[in-house]
Amino acid sequence: MGFAYFPHTGEDIRAMLERIGLGSMDGLYADVPADMLFNGEFEIPDAMSEMEVRRRFKELSSMNTQLVVFCGSGAYDHYSPSVIKSVISRSEFLTSYTPYQAEVSQGTLRYIFEFQTMMAGLTGMDCSNASMYDGPTSAAEAVMMAVNCTKKKRRILLSGTLLPQVLKVVATYCHYHGITLTEIPPKDGVSDMETMEKELSSGDVAGVLLPGINRFGIIEDMTGLADAVHASKALLAVYSDPSSLAVIRTPGEWGADIVCGDAQTLGIPLNFGGPYLGFLCCRQDYVRRMPGRIVGETSDADGRRCHVLTLQAREQHIRREKATSNICSNQSLMALYATVYLSLMGPQGLKRVNDLCYGGAHYLHSGLLGTGLFTEAFDKPFLKEFVLKSKIPVEQLQKTLLDAGIFGALSCGGDLVSFCVTENRTKEEIDRLVSAVSCRHGDCRRGIDGN
Amino acid sequence: MKYYDKLIFELSEEGRIGFSLPDNPWADSSDRIPAGLRRSVPPELPQVSEPDVVRHYVNLSAMNFGVDTGFYPLGSCTMKYNPKIDEEMSEYPGFSGIHPLQPAETVQGTLRIYHELAGWLSSLTGMSAFTLNPFAGAHGELTGLMIMRAFHISRGDLKRTKVIVPDSAHGTNPASAAVCGLEVVQVRSTAEGLVDTDDLKSKLDDTVAGIMMTNPNTLGLFEKEIRQICDAVHEAGGLLYYDGANMNALLGKVRPGDMGFDIMHLNLHKTFSTPHGGGGPGSGPVGVTQRLKHLLPSPSVVKSPETGRFAIADNPEAAGRISGFMGNFGVLMKAYAYILMLGKQNVRKVGPYSVLAANYIKESLKDKYRLPIPSLCKHEFVFDGLIEANAGDPAREVTTLDVAKRLLDYGFHAPTIYFPLLFHQSIMIEPTETESKETLDAFIQAMRTIASEAVTEPDLLKNAPRNTPVRRPDETGAATRPKLVYRQDKP
Amino acid sequence: MSKIVEGLLYSGSHEWVMVEGETAVIGITDFAQKSMGNIVYVDMPDEDDEVTKDEEFGAVESVKAASDLYSPVSGTVAARNEALEDEPGLLNSDPYANWIIKVKMSDPSETASLMDAAGYGEFLDKQA
Repeated sequence: MGFAYFPHTGEDIRAMLERIGLGSMDGLYADVPADMLFNGEFEIPDAMSEMEVRRRFKELSSMNTQLVVFCGSGAYDHYSPSVIKSVISRSEFLTSYTPYQAEVSQGTLRYIFEFQTMMAGLTGMDCSNASMYDGPTSAAEAVMMAVNCTKKKRRILLSGTLLPQVLKVVATYCHYHGITLTEIPPKDGVSDMETMEKELSSGDVAGVLLPGINRFGIIEDMTGLADAVHASKALLAVYSDPSSLAVIRTPGEWGADIVCGDAQTLGIPLNFGGPYLGFLCCRQDYVRRMPGRIVGETSDADGRRCHVLTLQAREQHIRREKATSNICSNQSLMALYATVYLSLMGPQGLKRVNDLCYGGAHYLHSGLLGTGLFTEAFDKPFLKEFVLKSKIPVEQLQKTLLDAGIFGALSCGGDLVSFCVTENRTKEEIDRLVSAVSCRHGDCRRGIDGN
Repeated sequence: MKYYDKLIFELSEEGRIGFSLPDNPWADSSDRIPAGLRRSVPPELPQVSEPDVVRHYVNLSAMNFGVDTGFYPLGSCTMKYNPKIDEEMSEYPGFSGIHPLQPAETVQGTLRIYHELAGWLSSLTGMSAFTLNPFAGAHGELTGLMIMRAFHISRGDLKRTKVIVPDSAHGTNPASAAVCGLEVVQVRSTAEGLVDTDDLKSKLDDTVAGIMMTNPNTLGLFEKEIRQICDAVHEAGGLLYYDGANMNALLGKVRPGDMGFDIMHLNLHKTFSTPHGGGGPGSGPVGVTQRLKHLLPSPSVVKSPETGRFAIADNPEAAGRISGFMGNFGVLMKAYAYILMLGKQNVRKVGPYSVLAANYIKESLKDKYRLPIPSLCKHEFVFDGLIEANAGDPAREVTTLDVAKRLLDYGFHAPTIYFPLLFHQSIMIEPTETESKETLDAFIQAMRTIASEAVTEPDLLKNAPRNTPVRRPDETGAATRPKLVYRQDKP
Repeated sequence: MSKIVEGLLYSGSHEWVMVEGETAVIGITDFAQKSMGNIVYVDMPDEDDEVTKDEEFGAVESVKAASDLYSPVSGTVAARNEALEDEPGLLNSDPYANWIIKVKMSDPSETASLMDAAGYGEFLDKQA
């Protein structure tokens, strides 16, 4: 039996073997010790037709429960416009390799150049790389970059208000790479600036990493931090949600040197956590120590504008063990998602997205407080994500929501629970959440109006 | 392919919009954020209509070469056909809206894909268990080395801080080792292009954590003494890491676990046909033998033997956490669909057909291109430039770069060039099992024509390409005065 | 043939040194620039940084290669050639006229281990 992806006819095989001077296909593995050839049966399914594959996915899909998502914590349910899917499915983008051959890769190179421009603009930095795996790994790269830029110092301060998965991934990389981490516990829901400044005064700190919007959804106030960091010859790195940077003060405005984070919020579906879109931006001074692919503009032999992968001497295929990182790819197609998304949104659309998130999140926030079943945890400014103290045991609360087809009230330790509202959530869905909680655990009437 | 000049920013006009969002129905807007925490000026994003956006990116795509466009003989990259059913299944309704922190009970279908795929990869490679969390090959290497170090550290064996890497290795191997805090010790290749086992043995001691190898190696040669190498490394207390970049040669035929490797990664975007996407997203699952299973990174999917239900667990002894959630799930779905299509019948032909194609090209061109190692190759092989390259005549001398660029004129993607570093004019060619004899013949013909042109009209090569959207770029200028973002010239 | 200048001292890693009292002026040789191709960036230490004999103090980069620079002497960086920041290609056009750093030597006797022009010429011949 033939197979749709293999074009070989019996005659092709015979002619090819003859050119090679072999009598049979087995001869192709004559250099492999016979006892190393696998003769058993693979434990994988029998070959399927497309129709059978389709049925299998239908069956698997039915085992998942579709929930209305009121949770963030590093993965956000933003709207992805139809144009994105249409553009990213162009097989000239989808099936191309890393754009080493610039002459036949201008499509990829041009959108990465646009992506870099947009990310630099959003974060307030001078430049951006071509993207990274995800937010937490970009944070780990940012930390290693800070150490690399400051040469002899190998200690990093991490704010405990970073997302738990960011803390864990950074800790893993640093453990093996030989970087000392000092995690500074949150104070009243935000980064403890006082303790950070105290730690900085010891002079051995290479960099400080903290979030722009933290794990509790609170917008961090970094007044004075950059000066303190720079006074001790360290670098300031900020973990950011680029979608929010259309409205909140940018890391650049706060005086940061490096910005990392996840750009999944720019039109990329939840997709159970991946593929997402890590990013890394920095000030001009540090660009030659930045890891990852970078695209630059130049001209071709006829003087026409074109784009190329550049500053490659930083990279593993040239520097080997002395490279700025081992990364040798980017999430190129996901960068295309974000680039198309930002092109469609423009400054007004991205502002609107944030207004919708802000309005919806604050409506839910006051609705939940109105039930009398929650109290304020921190009472600090937030955008789309917030934390409340729950009077209902957290597991019971989560169960109530699940029964109503809602995923929310993520546990943040103790009696703290977090909620997130994006522009994808309707007033009806928010009202449903509030009434589900109040009807099960309190006074039904108090819930319906929200307050 | 035709040249198109614009950047999206150059289509922008104040007041144009390309979004479709509801008006803000809420009482509040983000203007209520305290002034000190607000951005002072709006970001400089383009203002373009939806049709403008679509046309712009379609025009950009027309300047790109993909596997769907033509033959891509890129060595060590395994540019095989990317089946369309895989794409469609990766967008199957009921998966993409799932939040990664949802309770396991609500994502049993998703978790089943993880569990089954990990099991299939284990069977195909002879390993005991896989993590699907690593995002790419290089990320898999780093994860694998973390496991290697964690193994030694967990036994209190703290002096193993070196890792042995052959001089023919991919550049990522030493770079991954350095990120993982390991010192790289290089081992020589023999004249036959294989690891020099005497040199290797002389470097084995109780400070060696392990060795990183790819087999077949980057010259496309099977390391025949692999079992002796494994024995020697194990005897010295080290572990063996298999770089799966070249696994396509062996798929369905030879398993790294049977060769004696302890840890390995696979590139699903190579061997398991998920598209490269212009550089990513990829996926680099890492497999280990039984004695290292407990060190796989967290979180992972576990199946309850009693209920058959799946759960997500953090492993207390894990080497660490290397991803925000559980890898590039969208990519995993494509590989899952691919394996279903292949099945246990067709998977046996993947390696053999790729090896057949590579040897066919090699034998068809070795009279025109210098073949430093003439033996049977696996899925790829390396030429060391043209036999007749007009060497010594600077005005007429042609290089590997010239050959590669001229191939673009003939409608083929260029091979990998100047790698491996063992030769000065390396041309590394890897066809795959999805290319027809007609395609291979057309490529061979183009390579032969180029070899003739090199002698008769070398300028055709030196000035190539001419038929592409742009010609050779000024890379020196790009790297000397980097222009990395678009800046609007303001009056 | 690579150009070698009389009166300078040379290291095996292809740096040249001109001794001016307690100061060592350091650059790369013609052989080094030729093997690099077009130089696009020079990574230099800052003034007052310490350098140690035979240890890295920076790097030169071309489009497709990078080469570390090793200090032929120990001491403190007294000056760096800022002109190379804008025009790294100066190292290609005249590697001996364009120094990279000047080092105030902590131990001038270290220069004794360096080669003179004739010695470096022989060294290059042996490498070829």
